[in-house]
Amino acid sequence: MKHVITALVENQPGVLARVVGLISGRGYNIESLNVAPTQDPNMSRMTIKVPGDDHVLEQVTRQLNKLVDVIRVSDLTGRRHLSRELVLVDVLAPAAKRAEVVQLAALFGARVASVQVRSVTLEMVGDEDTISNLLTLLKPHGIQDIARTGEIAVARGG
Amino acid sequence: MKTGAACVIDGLKKAGVKTIFGIPGGQVLDLFAALYHAPFEFILTRHEQGATHMADGYSRATGKVGCCLVTSGPGATNTVTGLATAYMDGIPMVCISGQVPSHMIGNDAFQEADTTGITRPVTKHNYLVKSVNDLPRIIAEAFQIAASGKPGPVLIDIPKDVQRATMTDAGATRQVIRQGKQPDLKGDPRRIRALADAINKAQRPLLYVGGGVIAGDAARELTALARKAGIPVTTTLMGLGAFPETDPLALRMLGMHGSVPANKAVSECDLLIAVGARFDDRVTGKISEFAPKAIKAHIDIDPSAIDKSVRTHIAVLGHVRHVLKALTPQVRAIRRTPWLRQIHAWQKAYPLTYERNASDLLPQFVIEQVDAVTRGNAIIVTDVGQHQMWATHFFRYTRPRTFLSSGGLGTMGYGLPAAIGAQAGLRDRTVITLAGDGSIQMNFQELVVAVEHDLPVKVIILNNGCLGMVRQWQEMFYKSEYSASQLGQSGRAKNERIRSTTNGYLPDFVKMAEAHGAVGMRVSKNREVQPALRKALAIHRPVVIECIVRPDENVYPMVPPGASLNEMIHSMA
Repeated sequence: MKHVITALVENQPGVLARVVGLISGRGYNIESLNVAPTQDPNMSRMTIKVPGDDHVLEQVTRQLNKLVDVIRVSDLTGRRHLSRELVLVDVLAPAAKRAEVVQLAALFGARVASVQVRSVTLEMVGDEDTISNLLTLLKPHGIQDIARTGEIAVARGG
Repeated sequence: MKTGAACVIDGLKKAGVKTIFGIPGGQVLDLFAALYHAPFEFILTRHEQGATHMADGYSRATGKVGCCLVTSGPGATNTVTGLATAYMDGIPMVCISGQVPSHMIGNDAFQEADTTGITRPVTKHNYLVKSVNDLPRIIAEAFQIAASGKPGPVLIDIPKDVQRATMTDAGATRQVIRQGKQPDLKGDPRRIRALADAINKAQRPLLYVGGGVIAGDAARELTALARKAGIPVTTTLMGLGAFPETDPLALRMLGMHGSVPANKAVSECDLLIAVGARFDDRVTGKISEFAPKAIKAHIDIDPSAIDKSVRTHIAVLGHVRHVLKALTPQVRAIRRTPWLRQIHAWQKAYPLTYERNASDLLPQFVIEQVDAVTRGNAIIVTDVGQHQMWATHFFRYTRPRTFLSSGGLGTMGYGLPAAIGAQAGLRDRTVITLAGDGSIQMNFQELVVAVEHDLPVKVIILNNGCLGMVRQWQEMFYKSEYSASQLGQSGRAKNERIRSTTNGYLPDFVKMAEAHGAVGMRVSKNREVQPALRKALAIHRPVVIECIVRPDENVYPMVPPGASLNEMIHSMA
């Protein structure tokens, strides 16, 4: 099962390697990973999406919590949390097809970020499923390039 | 203002370091220059692996944080086995390594290695020091991290330019260890209450005790609990000495080569209380059949140890000493006569034994004689293999920190340097290292260090001419095909045959001992053992006693790999 692990860590070199090492050392492939500083520039927030056995990941979470420069870790899977992902997708849209692509984007609330002669670049913020749906529908038009941030998540307060 | 190197010396002084083990090299010359006038005993080892095991043995014997100092590149990579050994067994140690100058890092400079990268998985924490102003904080923190919570090794990698730089801002020491990272020491009182209730209700309770009780300095509290509530005690390899093995409640070691009463008690108990132990696979055997009838309780300081391999019903997170202190007054002194009667019946029926009337010399006999001659008062340090297991069977440990052994990693070559480290920390104690003829050769060079520093360790080599534990598994599970396990020249597989230049066994350990400046002796008969031991103990110098023992003796009892603790093999017959 897929787990979304969020970690508050010291904003220092080597921390990412420690966190990733604990996960990859068990042969688990991290599906997505996002790191950025928080409101306190000494701290960063990591969101890690990793598929794996529940029991093993519970163990990993506890071991991550023990790392000196990890401040707090929690597994958000099965807990109330908010998650979002940003995607930038460049899709073929020659003049004749452009209206169709833009219309499709509008259905998903995606924005046109840039227009080229033969393609448009769309940006969309959403949850994983909605983004996947958009990409499926764009595919027949010819996707040229994709960049996704990976999921970022915060626990929801009470 | 001070240089980085002077900061390191100051930091070590503040941390209470008395002895440092290590080897110099190009990138630590500044540290060694500062060390030249420093008030530490410096022990120059012959290999960096030796330095780490010495720091480890020093730590296990004294309870203080061991310290070693090595150069960059190969100096640092040679510490990996020693760090991993200490990491697996939770031994506090600080290792300082030199690094190439900051501007050269990543350039494949001479003797450069990514030391923090390489040691990350085998240390509790490590540092690459980037500014001289961080050094005082980092040194203090490293000792704190090494010794707190579940202890472990910490490495500090210091580039040469940082050692040479002058401090500009002594006050720049932001504390990085946050409040929230301090483990809860006292334990949740409600859970302690729940555990006390479970103990009071249990008919067949059992204490399963690990190295955490020794690390946590809680042997007295544990013994008080066991004796008050009348609970039998079994220990892991790391827990030997946490409970006196001379006590009627002592079931001795459990697990793959544990005692039959201990393993039977695990299989029959209705409450298993793990204290500072981690349910290692060599302890549990087949995990699904481990303590199948028991409610499982676990007291540990390490949150990641709880529920790792065995799901527990009652978990108390905290320092074992604090938790035991709070627990004991809440348990009742109950006489569980049927359970204790059963335990004593097992103890009577299944003593740890061997062929006592053998005409040839048996390794078990030698170890029993060591126990007899030292009256159980020695610090026993082992290497890894058959002799290590026999050392758990035929020597009775009564005090903590008297059995030092590489439990988790199983590092051959650990024994001699660890014994030297232990002796360096406790000069008045008798320190004896038991080794096989295979493992002793992995760090024999360190014997010179014992001679030089007047550390009178006694080295007992049980020479069976083979890598005994490998040979035993090959006999039991690999059709008696002794692939690469024969150290003598006979009995080797065709593709390992060597042109025989001598008819004997190589090397000659007596000559080796003498060549290193120690006393060498050889015994091959039962009656020679006691006199040799007495003579060795009377000499205030390092002594090597080579004992020529039966080559094909096996360690029993044994739980075959993957079997449950109930399925013990008692002998090949």
